[in-house]
Amino acid sequence: MFTIVKREEMAGGTVVLNEIEAPLIANKAKPGQFVILKATEEGERIPLTMAETDPEKGTLTVIYMVVGKSTAVFKSLQEGDGYQDVIGPLGKPTHIEKIGTVVCVGGGTGIAVLHPITRALKEAGNRVIAIIGARNKDLLILEDRMKRASHELKICTDDGSYGRKGFVTEVLKEVLENERVDQAVAIGPVPMMKFVSKMTADYKVPTLVSLNPIMVDGTGMCGGCRVSVGGETKFACVDGPEFDGHQVDYDELMMRLQAYCEDEQKCYNDYCLLEQA
Amino acid sequence: MAEKKKKRAIPRQPMPEQAPEVRRRNFKEVPEGYGPETAMEEATRCLQCKNPGCVDGCPVSVDIPGFIGLIQDGDFKGAIRNLWGKNSLPAVCGRVCPQEIQCEGKCVLAKKGEAVAIGHLERFAADYEREHGTGELPPKQPPTGKKVAVVGSGPAGLTVAGDLIVKGHEVTVLEAFHKPGGVLVYGIPEFRLPKQIVAQEVHFLERLGVKVETNMVVGRTVSVDELFEQGYDAVFVGVGAGLPRFLNIPGENLVGILSANEYLTRANLMKAYLYPQVDTPIPRGKNVVVLGGGNVAMDAARTAMRLGAESSKIVYRRSREEMPARVAEVHHAEEEGIEFHLLTNPTRFIGNEKGRLVGMECLKMELGEPDASGRRRPVPVEGSEYRLDCDLVIVAVGSGANPLLTQSDSEMELNQWGYIVADPKTGKTTKKGVWAGGDIVTGAATVILAMGAGRIAADSMHDYLTLGW
Repeated sequence: MFTIVKREEMAGGTVVLNEIEAPLIANKAKPGQFVILKATEEGERIPLTMAETDPEKGTLTVIYMVVGKSTAVFKSLQEGDGYQDVIGPLGKPTHIEKIGTVVCVGGGTGIAVLHPITRALKEAGNRVIAIIGARNKDLLILEDRMKRASHELKICTDDGSYGRKGFVTEVLKEVLENERVDQAVAIGPVPMMKFVSKMTADYKVPTLVSLNPIMVDGTGMCGGCRVSVGGETKFACVDGPEFDGHQVDYDELMMRLQAYCEDEQKCYNDYCLLEQA
Repeated sequence: MAEKKKKRAIPRQPMPEQAPEVRRRNFKEVPEGYGPETAMEEATRCLQCKNPGCVDGCPVSVDIPGFIGLIQDGDFKGAIRNLWGKNSLPAVCGRVCPQEIQCEGKCVLAKKGEAVAIGHLERFAADYEREHGTGELPPKQPPTGKKVAVVGSGPAGLTVAGDLIVKGHEVTVLEAFHKPGGVLVYGIPEFRLPKQIVAQEVHFLERLGVKVETNMVVGRTVSVDELFEQGYDAVFVGVGAGLPRFLNIPGENLVGILSANEYLTRANLMKAYLYPQVDTPIPRGKNVVVLGGGNVAMDAARTAMRLGAESSKIVYRRSREEMPARVAEVHHAEEEGIEFHLLTNPTRFIGNEKGRLVGMECLKMELGEPDASGRRRPVPVEGSEYRLDCDLVIVAVGSGANPLLTQSDSEMELNQWGYIVADPKTGKTTKKGVWAGGDIVTGAATVILAMGAGRIAADSMHDYLTLGW
């Protein structure tokens, strides 16, 4: 068992942080890599990109949004409980180098994945501007950490309840207008990554996105995570999870993410009904 | 002479099976197994040849006349112990080996009639031990103090583990999935190989002292070099092929097109056929098409039928003769109502506005001149395009080499397709202290060939651990 040593609820309980004991993985993991977690014997294998690792403590941290039965089961786990299986580190690490000025754009729980990459880019000597957004103030996570990880942090919310009112793309546009940006990193909901990439393409700024498609094994065996990148089929688990944002077919990715939508909705509803009973 | 004639008068005992119209909708094992009387009757047919062809036909050289002779005498305990001498996975081999081209193909009786049912008898001996046995373990040699890491817990890895543990070495098996068994648990369906049996075969090895560590992705969680740093003296790499091939035709990323690896892993390892009692879903197609003509394709088509498909079709670009699947598997599939669309090749997939598969376009093929594989090459018939409606396609056209481990190690030489180069006589790779065998060396093959490679490597590893490289 992989014990949860720290558990925190964020964004009004819709987002949960788990720090998990997994010394072998913590020792190896680099920013941008993911793990697969399975809570119980009957559980589903869920891929989550790591938000933090602590090799000395032998722990890794994941931050996830509760969207279906599997993540609801994850949420039910308390400190001292554990996951039956944690597998990783999987995927390729982010390529970190000093290139100049980097803009890191994050939305929703994507901010959790963006954070270690942002920090590593800053540590590598880049000037880092971070832009993070959420639907409203309550749903915004990791503001403090993102502030420390970057040189400049810009915040926006869809409803204007905190920071600028509007989408991250609007703030990004201003940055791109006013500064010479050498690289962008965008991690968040697929539509956000799509529109950020569209915008950075106009400004010819190379852009990295991190994808989280449906997968089973995470080791290149099932091909469930295939994405079209520059007209070629890639496996996100072994070729990614990060890709050139200007080459990704986001519409296909969004359709593929809906593959089990009906099943999952029913399964989640049934689980919620049972939990309430 | 008279006795031999009498023996030959006994017909091969049929294997009792679930009726096709029943089993096509359930996941219970298809063949039900021999009882003791039937097994003894069948064993009586064995002529106990002085120079048995069957043993030559077996990749792990099971003492076939020996164990069958013991069944003849009703010594079932003796029979399984005889089998264990050469084969750590008899319950598996009795079920999934292609006996018709191996031991049974070489049986002298096959020349004039039907071979002894060696596979059924092997299965009987293993099942009898599991259900009625004392659990007494075979003898082990004294500890050598040497440590072996086996990467991958499929048939090759389990064979190496079983062979080396009884020779007195310490053995740890590292498995990337959360359950051991490799293709035996993720690939082969429950109705051909119940997972409980695989679990018990692994448990048998654990009782012998083999340590099994799951969730260990060698190449990611730990590297081969780190295994040596941790004190292992030798490493066997048996990670399987495990990189699904697709057709690379338009529309292949539509929702509703899965690799056989994904489909079968969901069904078998994740037990998605029990969904929603388990949490992993699986697409249940009404009109299912499986592309390919091998055993994996048959497994996928039969799984789809069991998941409630109205129609489940095999679409294969060559003719029946070229199909690589076992005759018995094709026969079982046909009995269950799987339709065969042969000499048919898909050219593109058709989706709806939501990106979901609704059909595919196919071309009729005819056979031309033989190709590199010696099989007649299928060539398209001009103007033969037609549309086949389907809402689920499973691509079962083979696997390539999974690069996860091999990319993390520069000393192991690979061939042009990414498979590990290993000496066929020893299993040695180009990296000192590392052996390899099974699909990661040969490309996708059978369970028993992987076990044969495991046996060869285990012998060579034992020599190394006791004598040197």
